[in-house]
Parts: sequence; structure tokens; C-alpha cells
Amino acid sequence: MKFRTRAIHVGNDRDEQTGAVVPPIHVATTYVQHHAGEWREFDYARSGNPTRKNLEQTLASLESGTAALAFSSGMAATHCVTMLLESGEHIVAGSDIYGGTYRLLHKILNRSGVSVSLTSTVDLDAFERAITPQTKLLWLESPGNPLMSITDLKACVAIAKRHGVLTAVDNTFATPVLTRPLELGIDIVMHSATKYLGGHSDTLGGAIVVADKDLYERLYFIQNATGAVLSPFDSFLMSRGLKTLELRVREQCRTAQRLAEFLDSDSRIQRVLYPGLSNHPGHAIAAQQMDGGFGAMLSFEVAGGFEKTKRVVESTKLFQLAVSLGAVESLIEQPAAMSHASYDAADRLSHGIRDELIRISVGLEDFDDLRADLDQALNA
Amino acid sequence: MQTRLSSDPHEKSPLQKRRGESTLAVHAGEAHQKVADSITDPIICASTYTFANTQAIIDFIEEKQPREEYGRYGNPGEKVVERKLAELEGGEEALLFSSGMAAIVGLLMTKLNAGDEVVFFDECYHRSREFCSKHLSRYGVVTRQVKACDYDAMEAVINDRTKLLVSESPTNPHLSIVDLERFAAIGKRKGVETLIDATLATPFNVRPLEYGVDYVLHSATKYLAGHNDLLAGVVIGSKEQMEPVRNLRGIMGAINSAHNIYLLERGIKTFGLRMQQQNATGQAVAEFLANHPRIERVYYPGLESHPYHEVARRTMRGYGGLITFLVKDADWRATANIVDATTIPRIAPSLGGVESLIEQPLVMSYYECTPEDRRRFGIPDNMIRYSCGIENAEDLIADLEQALRA
Ligand SMILES: Cc1ncc(COP(=O)(O)O)c(C=O)c1O
Ligand SMILES: Cc1ncc(COP(=O)(O)O)c(C=O)c1O
Repeated sequence: MKFRTRAIHVGNDRDEQTGAVVPPIHVATTYVQHHAGEWREFDYARSGNPTRKNLEQTLASLESGTAALAFSSGMAATHCVTMLLESGEHIVAGSDIYGGTYRLLHKILNRSGVSVSLTSTVDLDAFERAITPQTKLLWLESPGNPLMSITDLKACVAIAKRHGVLTAVDNTFATPVLTRPLELGIDIVMHSATKYLGGHSDTLGGAIVVADKDLYERLYFIQNATGAVLSPFDSFLMSRGLKTLELRVREQCRTAQRLAEFLDSDSRIQRVLYPGLSNHPGHAIAAQQMDGGFGAMLSFEVAGGFEKTKRVVESTKLFQLAVSLGAVESLIEQPAAMSHASYDAADRLSHGIRDELIRISVGLEDFDDLRADLDQALNA
Repeated sequence: MQTRLSSDPHEKSPLQKRRGESTLAVHAGEAHQKVADSITDPIICASTYTFANTQAIIDFIEEKQPREEYGRYGNPGEKVVERKLAELEGGEEALLFSSGMAAIVGLLMTKLNAGDEVVFFDECYHRSREFCSKHLSRYGVVTRQVKACDYDAMEAVINDRTKLLVSESPTNPHLSIVDLERFAAIGKRKGVETLIDATLATPFNVRPLEYGVDYVLHSATKYLAGHNDLLAGVVIGSKEQMEPVRNLRGIMGAINSAHNIYLLERGIKTFGLRMQQQNATGQAVAEFLANHPRIERVYYPGLESHPYHEVARRTMRGYGGLITFLVKDADWRATANIVDATTIPRIAPSLGGVESLIEQPLVMSYYECTPEDRRRFGIPDNMIRYSCGIENAEDLIADLEQALRA
């Protein structure tokens, strides 16, 4: 079955008891057993819940994996992956990664003696040189945030194989509609399901999907032991969101591509960062690695400095001023003042985040409405 | 602080000129800046709403301030969805009910008194017809049925007791298309109000109010909610015409729960996308069936062979996901075997959701009818109704292909 058909039907079996076309939301925290010491499929909700299991089955199918785990947030999922490591071990991560991941790697993992090197994945030789005998995990994100840098995942898999290290990809921006890292040989896919997977700005969630059963067992052990599971109601909303995932993402990509082209030819704009434009440095890799679209996140720099940029992001009417991304509503933000404000100015610049940078998350609204909105805001 | 979720129509709204369907589906009716600055509307479960003091109650009553009072009269989240649906339909006022049937009942009970008459085109959802012929009749309301799309027959039965002309468009399950201009014109000429149940069309494909129809009704359970996981109904009309309907709803109490309302609002966000897909899938599956040697006839307004294709093409943007077809030389059992052999659609009543559904009207809705009645309603034994979801059309077609081979 095709992707969209699986999104609707896998993990969504007819309820045997009632025939309900949508599986029930199971809220029980505990399950009654038939015999002492003989566990049935479900025993206690942290260890497993039928509603969450349905979602995990769908996620595993969509990412071409064998098993998935649903978490209470994307950060909880990332944290679970990092807990595979022990004191003295080392992670090499791309430099264009989500700020919260940066914070986890540098300010939490260091407490348990795990060290981290951030290296750009644009220069893969340099990336490989950052690997040490202690390295156990490569952490990748493509497209990156907020510069939309593209990482060649296949090439990273080859590097990892040479050094015998695990690879993990934060696939939040690409979604399994466009990129399925497990098919490229990546070991672990992670999602902030808060974004495109849920898709309606109303559910926090995270996911891990893997192909290897042993790896799944190790991750499941950590999740069950530490407890950051997704609630039954949120699992239901997430499953409901997945049913329209492909339609949403494809529409959002189409609109983003057209907006990128509009901005790219506008004299009020200095630079557009979107992998779907042929002038983007990662365009060629993205064209191979992303199936039929280049994502719905794009960044651009306006002419006129910090104040002008601030006025632009405050003047849109359809694009709402907020962090987060991936939902039906379009959002706009100024990384220097919002998502990356905690960096000091020099650090921001060294990461390529200028004051004039604006990041937008393209929602489901009509292209004409969104273009007109940006057009009027750029005159602010 | 007053909790107001719906955007005040007098306030300068960011959605002043008509925006695209998808933009409306996402934003219409919602305040730009919401309570607690949250991007989504809260689920307000309150059964009742508090007043700061006695004076506040008096102000509410005397000045008719827009605020909530008691859960049966309305809910802030419900008002958001009502405004969203009104904007999508291009109408002034929408009123939500706990199901499509509750909406039909609410409207008919408001508009019809003992001695009044209502005229129906006879192809319609069998429960709507049943409510009129079995229940409204007990209150002395007379129901007259005329053949679907026979405008002269409709006009001929109108008399000075006639209060409402009713039709579905497309009709269920024959998918006949009403010429809305003609239908509305009869009402105008005769001074009788008109109602279209446009559940199968949705405002994405046609907006009957633009043709002068007075009321549009939807089982929002279907395409509007779209996920086969909630029941709801809605009627849309002018403010003035809807006010007595709202008052009666407050007495009869067929309102939605706050949770249900939120799921409906969330479902509508992808309405435009889903409709676009279901229109495309419906057309593809209908064409496949029309060319299949085991199929005797396909009812789908998007096919040139459909008797109302011309009207449909003139008035509709797309033709939806519902397809009715007859299997060649098949008795009821052979037809049922095809239904049972499909593997993607679930066997179930209803339509319009993301999951495809299949049913044999004879078995599903007309099992208890006499063969005589089924003939009268146009429900042959070899009829199948297929509601396309948003799965890939290739998958649905491959599945039908194997089911027809089985
Ligand atoms: C790329 C990426 N990864 C991870 C996260 C963290 O996910 P969450 O907010 O669900 O914990 C985010 C969220 O902001 C993100 O954008
Ligand atoms: C055309 C039509 N109108 C009305 C209804 C009744 O709506 P509901 O099932 O939401 O009460 C239905 C659904 O069954 C329908 O198909």
C-alpha cells in the first residue's frame, strides 16, 4: 500500500469488540491480569497502552521501520536516544541543529560525562575528523534549523559504518513524506511529533523509529524505565493528524516553493534560504534525498537591519508571530530576537544567524493569501 | 476579563475580502489573538457561566451583551466554529447541532406549524423523509413528495399552506444534482422558503446560498468533520431567519459537547485539502468503475453519462467522494460478495471521512423495506455505495479490481 493509505489504515484496525471505525481511546493506567506472574500484552500504561501502540505502528510503517516509540515531547525522544550512551562516550552532532537539542547535549549530558562536538555537516571530511574512538553516536538534522542546511544522509551512513558508530536523524523538518532515513541506512529516526506529524498546533509529542529489533529493545527499556510516554488522548490526536500528513506536507511544500520563488525575485529581500531554490548550496543533495518537495520551512533576510526585520514580523496578519512550526497555521519569527536570542550576538553570527533573518513555517492557507500578506508586511 | 473566542464581525478582521477555501478553513471565525495567547482555541467545558455581580446579569439581559449564559444556549468554542462555517458557506449565521438529524429536526420544528405543508424531492436520506412522514405528521404537518428535480411537479403541489421546499443536492444515494437557481426561484416566486441539504456537496464544491436558497444544512459528521470520529450538524441562513432556530435549540437541547466542538474545529482545518483529494479520488474511481465490464451503471455527477452532468458542471467545483454503482447481472448475494471482497474500505454506513467506506444500500439502510418500497425509492439489489476517503486512488482502484475479479 502507498504511504497515504498506510497513514490511514496501518495501526487503525477495526475495533473487534464494537466495530468502531476509529479505535477507542484507552485511558486505563493498569490492566487486569488473568494469572499472577503471567503478563498479558498490556500490564501498566507506562509500559504500554493500546492507543499509543496503534500510533507507534503507524509511525513505524510511515518511516519504513519495524518499531516505534511515542514520547511526551520531541526532547523526551532525543533524551531517550542520548541515554544509550555512557560516561566517557562522545557524540558528534551537526552544527545547524535545534537549539533545545544543543542545550540538552551541552548542559545536561555533560553532567553524566558524555561529551559533544558540533561540526558542520556541509564539509563531511571535517565532520568525519571529529569522530574519536570514544564516539558512539552521530546526531544529524536535515534540513537544519534555521539555515535549512542539507546533510547528505547516505554519505553520513558510510562514515558511520567506517567507524562503527550509530547514526540518528532528527527528521522533524523533512517528515517521512519527503525523507525516510531508515531506508538510507540510518539507525534511529527521531521526531518532534509536535510539528508536522500532529500538525494542528495542539499536541506535544516525540517519536523514535528504528529498523533493528535489538536497538528497539534497548530504547524501549530506557523509555519504560524513565517514563516520558505520550498520553492516550494525545496519541489519539496524533494518529488523527497522521491521516492527513501527506496531504498537508505536500500542499505546504508546494506553497513554500512558490513563496520562496516570490521572495527570491523581490528586491526587498537580500537572500532566501530554501533547499528548493537552485541557488541553495544543498539543492542537489536535497533533490535526491527529499521525495517530491523541499519542506515547508524557509528563511530569508530582509534589507534594512534588526528594526526593519522586527517591524516585518510584527506586521503580518495571516502569519502569526510564534515559535514552533509544521502546523496548519503559518507562523513567522525572527531568530535573533526569538528562537536564537539566548546566543550572544557574536555566537549567533558565527552560526550564520543575522539580525535580518526571518524564519517562516508555511501552513495550509492559500498561496495568494500568504503572498499578499508577506508583500504588505515587507513594506512595514 | 471576558472570554471571547469568536472574532467580532464588526472588528476589523484580517479576513475581510473572501479568502481562499483553505485560508478560511484554517482561520475564519477565530480571533487573531486568543485567550492566553494560545494558537488554538481552548476547550471550555463549562456547563454554566458566571456573572461578576447582579448588575452584570441585568446588563446582560437589558443590553443583550454578547456573552455566554448556560451551556445549553451555547459555548464560546461553538461560536468560533459557527462563524467558521458561516464564512465558508458565505452565509450570515450558522447554528450547530449534535448531529445532522438534530439540525434537520431543529429547523423543521422551528419553521413548521400544524396545518403547514413541506415539499420534498423524493431522493433523500431516508431518515429525513421518515421524520417528516412519521413524526411531523403527528403534529399535523403535511409532507408532499415529488420526483427529484421535477421542478414543475414541485411548483404544482405548492399551495398557500406550503412553508418549505426541501432537497438534497447531490441526493443520496443517486447523486442527482438540483438546479439551485431554478429551485430557489420557485421558492421566491411562491413566497416559500427553501432548504438544501448540501452534505454531499460541501461548501468547497457549491454554496447554495449564492443561488438564493434560504437555508443550507450539513451533516457535519461527514466531510466537514472528516475523520469518522464525531457527529455534528449545522444549518446556515440569515441572522433573522436563524434566530428562532437558535431559540428552539436552546429549549430542545441538541447541542454539541465542548470536546466534540474542538475536534470539529480541528477537522475543518484540513477541509480544503481533503475535499480536493476526495474530488480527485472520486472522479478517478468513478471512471475506473464506468469502464469496468462487470459494472452496469455508475452514478457520479462527474461522469458525462450522468443525467445531471451539465448542471453539475455549471454549478460545482468538484463532485465529491461518493459513488453509487450497479453490478451487472448480480443478485443481492453476488453484490454482497463484492462488498465483502474489498480490503481497504470498511463496511459501514456514513461517508465523507478520511477512511473509505462501502455499503450495499439494500442491506445497510433498506433491509426492512418491502421490495415494493425499495423499487419506489430506487434501491435495486445490485447497488453499492462507495465513499472515497483520502487514500491513494491507485490503492482503492487496485482493491476494487481484485474484489470485482473475486
Ligand atoms: C527540529 C526540532 N527538533 C526537536 C524539537 C523539540 O521537540 P519538542 O518541542 O516536541 O520537545 C523541535 C522543537 O521545537 C524541533 O524544531
Ligand atoms: C445527506 C444527509 N443528510 C443528513 C444526514 C444525517 O446526519 P447525521 O448522521 O449527522 O445525523 C445524513 C447522514 O447520515 C446524510 O447523509
